[in-house]
Amino acid sequence: MIRKFESAIALLLCAALSSPTFARKQVKAVALAVPQITADQKIEQVLNRLTYGARPGDVERVHQIGLTAFIDQQLHPESLPENSALEVKLAPLETLRMLPSEMVLKYPPSQQIRAMAKGNQPYPTDPETLRVVQRFIDRYKARLAQGKPDPDNMTDDRPPADLEKVGQSLPPAQREIFQNGKPDQKVALLESLSATTQYDILDAMPRGKRQALFTVASPQLRRRIHLLQGGPQQVVNSDLAEGKLFRAVYSNRQLEEVLTDFWYNHFNVFLDKGADRYMVTTYERDVIRPHVLGNFKELLLATAQSPAMLFYLDNTQSVAPGMDKRPNGKKPSRGLNENYGRELMELHTLGVDGGYTQQDVTEVARCFTGWTIKELRTGGVFQFNERLHDQGEKSVLGVKIPADGGISDGLKVIDILAHSPATAHFISKSLATRFVSDNPTPALVDRMAATFTKTDGDLRATMKTMFEAPEFYTPASFQAKVKSPFELMASALRATGAEVDYGFALVQQLNTLGEPLYRKAEPTGYSNKGSDWLNSASLLARMNFAVALTNNKVQGTKVNVKPEVAQTLGGPNFQKH
Amino acid sequence: MPSSRRIFLRNAALAMVGIGTAPIWLERALYAQDAPGRRKKVLVAIFQRGAADGLNIVVPHSDQAYYDLRPTINIPRPGSGEGAAIDLDGHFGLHPALAPFKGLFDQGHLAVIHAAGSPDPTRSHFDAQDYMESGTPGLKATTSGWLNRSVLGETGKVSPIRALSMGATLPRTMQGPTPAIAVESIGNFQVKDAAAAKAFESLYQGSTDQILNGAGRETFEAASLLQSIQKTPYQPATGANYPKSRFGDNLRQIAQLIKSNVGVEVAFADVGGWDHHVNEGPLLNNLLKDFGQAIAAFHVDLGDRMEDVVLVTMSEFGRTAKENGTRGTDHGHANCMFVLGGNVQGGKVHGPWPGLAQEQLYEARDLDITTDFRAVLGDLVTGHLGNKNLRAVFPNYKGSILPLLKA
Repeated sequence: MIRKFESAIALLLCAALSSPTFARKQVKAVALAVPQITADQKIEQVLNRLTYGARPGDVERVHQIGLTAFIDQQLHPESLPENSALEVKLAPLETLRMLPSEMVLKYPPSQQIRAMAKGNQPYPTDPETLRVVQRFIDRYKARLAQGKPDPDNMTDDRPPADLEKVGQSLPPAQREIFQNGKPDQKVALLESLSATTQYDILDAMPRGKRQALFTVASPQLRRRIHLLQGGPQQVVNSDLAEGKLFRAVYSNRQLEEVLTDFWYNHFNVFLDKGADRYMVTTYERDVIRPHVLGNFKELLLATAQSPAMLFYLDNTQSVAPGMDKRPNGKKPSRGLNENYGRELMELHTLGVDGGYTQQDVTEVARCFTGWTIKELRTGGVFQFNERLHDQGEKSVLGVKIPADGGISDGLKVIDILAHSPATAHFISKSLATRFVSDNPTPALVDRMAATFTKTDGDLRATMKTMFEAPEFYTPASFQAKVKSPFELMASALRATGAEVDYGFALVQQLNTLGEPLYRKAEPTGYSNKGSDWLNSASLLARMNFAVALTNNKVQGTKVNVKPEVAQTLGGPNFQKH
Repeated sequence: MPSSRRIFLRNAALAMVGIGTAPIWLERALYAQDAPGRRKKVLVAIFQRGAADGLNIVVPHSDQAYYDLRPTINIPRPGSGEGAAIDLDGHFGLHPALAPFKGLFDQGHLAVIHAAGSPDPTRSHFDAQDYMESGTPGLKATTSGWLNRSVLGETGKVSPIRALSMGATLPRTMQGPTPAIAVESIGNFQVKDAAAAKAFESLYQGSTDQILNGAGRETFEAASLLQSIQKTPYQPATGANYPKSRFGDNLRQIAQLIKSNVGVEVAFADVGGWDHHVNEGPLLNNLLKDFGQAIAAFHVDLGDRMEDVVLVTMSEFGRTAKENGTRGTDHGHANCMFVLGGNVQGGKVHGPWPGLAQEQLYEARDLDITTDFRAVLGDLVTGHLGNKNLRAVFPNYKGSILPLLKA
């Protein structure tokens, strides 16, 4: 490769020496030319960066339709028919299609189960939920009756397994199967029993034996095991992570998946912060995903008005200073909270060097007072509460925002930030860091920012500029990025043509690999720089994952490859793309 | 030990490690640091991520302004009943959840430095953590961390775990010229299939990619060493009751490695969740319980070995002096730091108190800084670790050093 490049330069130099006029032109061409990778490498590069890695046959497919057409298809995911196998896999994950208010009813959190136990809230109406919740409540009441302290978590505390007792109601042959049978025998028998008996038996099984059933259980039985083990709320979170994994591995709209990951991470929300457990599903589905190839300002506004973000960065708590003051001064007044205002500029738009001051942070926070959400059970949707809004005059980045603007104050801020040159630059640089190289050249970032500005924040056009840029196809950017753990996992599954039946074990592996899904606590999100992912602990975890995967030791996932493939998947070359 | 013998031991051991047959004694001999006169000093750095509220951790209870600024979230004066501060010196008191620190302070092992921090004005978590970890406030281009740079240059035999961080990712402060490793748990630090391990080792050795080649080598050397330690189950010293938490686990494992004498020189652990914008009281209480109990257990566990160990805590910035509208605090400036060790000038709250009156506050809202965090770390790096080249560790620092070690 390098030699070819050198000989090309040598040829140009010869030509330059032989003809003075030609020479001037060529010297200019050499100065501008960016060295390019071969045509085959270009296909590899596009598959590496626009998708979660090539599957067997992908290179040939791109060859057939041509690189430009492939990129164009990925930039227009709506034109691509979705993989029917993916739809089958997503079908049992019903919370992916629910609203937060529906999820809370069907998969209530621990605090609500406690409220039901205390009679402060009606029992769930869904029969499946009722069966499980009743169990938790009975157990809770039994604990209190024994004089034990009120447990922190209603769904965590389980009595010792008593399979003997449960087994007494079964015929001896069945009892024998539950005690000493193989997982598939147990599952076949369970599936033939009533739901209540299923729960009785599952409940009494030791955790390890229960999890051993996963490999052979139907999706419905697996959900029942999940419900019992982590409580209803856990189902919402595991659906979400499993869904993300399925899509990364099986979706035909690969770029949309990569970008959904990018933009979720850009506007990061931490799943484990209270009510966000129920709001992240719709956040990703309805706020992030529809805009990833759309208009930046619309995406920004959607996040600003999303319950998940408003709650995560505390804007729901931020009110005009002195708003709720009680005359006796005893009850504390709520007031301004700067958290969202600061991260909106630092992380979402301008970047930390984008030229704003502490005063701007405070002023922006004032503009967003009153941007809050309705209670989760009554829909949990965005609402502007005029009463909590600071109606005074503000000044943001030198722009005066007149008094009494109401909701338009926040809208004005979104408009200012979305159109700032600093934002165009910051967004372009983040995208180029993720897609091209850990240290993208200023020239590339500038051209992307120019497209961003010219098109009023059209993300599809910005992506197109990036994918057409010569910098995307240089030897320096080829195979140059270390994969994130999620990228590594998805690419390994795709490369081996793995059949992922369920993703629970894979999702757990990601914790060890250092990238727990939806669980980056800081608003910064995970790093877009590949080199930040590499250290001895994560390298070991990568090797161990490769060994487990190729030996079919990852529950729920089957591959049909030789064990030696582990050396490829865990080896140095596969860690990069 | 003469160097030729040392080299022989190292080569012989590495050869055997390579084929998985190194006897434990040989590996231990290879990295042992407790030969007379060679016992190495250890610096343990703890990062409280999220900007801990120093004013409610070490409470300036003699300053009335503190109570005026925080009508609902203050820690009551010592002696005022349940939830009151634990007095240290008549002016400052500990948050009640830090009760285990009181004894350490009174015995002279624990020092407090108040109104300490980074002079950079940023209130971004990300930037401030970055600056505190790199040790160069205001300079983003620094590619390595101060903790990594504080390790002395190689002197012949180098332990693969001399610079050790607990957790799945290598933090900024541990990145740099000295090979450093990230360990999530000692027990799991191995490739679980021996044949595959051998194959991976040679693949990474053969990689032309410098980053991957280096990471591979560090990983395999550390793995064989940690496995040799893991062969005997660890029993902390009597009375060392580590909390059952990630932070407790991490400190327990650092203690285990220090006591195993395998050449740890700097260690790092972090503990997150300090960003209390809303309803700070109970959140801080829970975190401090874990924090205090873990550090106190570490002290008990190491016993006499604390003569060679210093533990220092830090957080990227403090929080607003005034409480906010949601019973919490927003991003501020100065903070408090703890330094613990047998050779530490403990039993004292160091650093001038800048006061909390409106005109004394930084940008009219935050506790001002009177001690640069590098002044605190300076003595630990030069006096304790013996690295006299402080200019290399804190390149753009021109201030003085706070004497924290006994003469």
